[in-house]
Amino acid sequence: MDFELILRVFPFLFKAALVTVHVSVLSICLGLVIGSISAAANFSRYSFVRWPARFYVSFFRGTPALIQLFILYFGGPQIGINLEPMAAGVIGLGINIGAYMSESIRGAIIAVDKGQIEAGRSLGLGKLQVQRKIIIPQAARLMIRPIGVNSIGLIKGSVIVSTISVIELTFTAHRFISSTYKPFELFIAASALYLVIVSIVSFIVDRLDEHFALEV
Amino acid sequence: MSLDFSIVPSFLDMLFEGAMWTFFLTVLSIIFSLIFGTFFAIMQLSRYRLFKFFTRFFVWIFMGTPLLLQVYLIYFGLVQIGLNLNAFTAGVIALSLHFSVYNSDIIRSGIFAVDKGHFEASRSLGLSHSQTMRKVVVPQALHMVMPALGNMMIALLKESSLISIIGVMELTLSAQRAISETFHPFEFYVTAAAIYYIFNLMLEWAIKNVEARSAKYR
Repeated sequence: MDFELILRVFPFLFKAALVTVHVSVLSICLGLVIGSISAAANFSRYSFVRWPARFYVSFFRGTPALIQLFILYFGGPQIGINLEPMAAGVIGLGINIGAYMSESIRGAIIAVDKGQIEAGRSLGLGKLQVQRKIIIPQAARLMIRPIGVNSIGLIKGSVIVSTISVIELTFTAHRFISSTYKPFELFIAASALYLVIVSIVSFIVDRLDEHFALEV
Repeated sequence: MSLDFSIVPSFLDMLFEGAMWTFFLTVLSIIFSLIFGTFFAIMQLSRYRLFKFFTRFFVWIFMGTPLLLQVYLIYFGLVQIGLNLNAFTAGVIALSLHFSVYNSDIIRSGIFAVDKGHFEASRSLGLSHSQTMRKVVVPQALHMVMPALGNMMIALLKESSLISIIGVMELTLSAQRAISETFHPFEFYVTAAAIYYIFNLMLEWAIKNVEARSAKYR
């Protein structure tokens, strides 16, 4: 083990880790937007709205994220979509995680007791009011953990954007390996940084989940 | 460049061969991930603190770092300390270790979820500890953890595409080879995605069957 090397490259790896965080945050935001729309579409009474949403969730949860990213980045130009690596990475990851977010959101909404809707309706609230004031606030608490788990999965899954040459943590580690021939040290250092990011995020998710847990 | 799916059939042989390797890779890794997972679950339930501590630490490391880096570390990194593995072996080891830590958490929670009264009842009926575990606790736990383990198996199938990066000629890399000959990435990646999707459906079906069989232990 060459610890001196790790210390020397650490500042560069740290900067690259910030790129990983940047990519992850953007993808998670995109995923949440797409996931919410898809979850809402899943509850629609019109089958032509429901059907595409179901197909989206099923396809993106049923195929590897790596292949999806390759279809977008390498296959995209064939259908007129030309994206920079960074944009392709964020969009690819975001669309992928959106399918998982959609299921988490849908699951949380279903988990709210049906009696709550009936009670709200019989108290004279409109359908939208029931959704906005009774269902969503309760479901939002139930969503925290699954959305957190998805987000942690995405941070770890974001390594795949290194294959389309986004200069993030894994890519940077690779670059140093090709000049130093010390894969062991550099991959350990990169893994440690991922571990730090993931541990921070899971700590935050735990605290949020605790804080918003339903008092029953 | 426009879309032309008519070039796909002439490369289907190549893709199917890749799909076979994806199948082997996935099945082997699923088996080992279940074996290791059970082992780690038992270690975590051990009464010796040292075992418990080391397993918890191991689980924490493997859950907190990306699979691809673990693959790299096992394939490229271990060479540095004299362990030279071929790509397929490295892939199976990385996939099974990565998923075994998730499986161990699932199995552990399943064992905890079995009512303690069952254990006590069985012991007081004269069954030994190991008989109780084998005939009463584990079958019930198995039924409870099947859905979660099934999700992990499906995740493993999808993540096996990462092994293409270290050069195992599985489905993703076969698609890439076809692309390097034809320069039609869209068609071949979509075809590969479709094959993964079909595998996924088959795996889901198999898991449902096992689940239905284990239902009698509920």
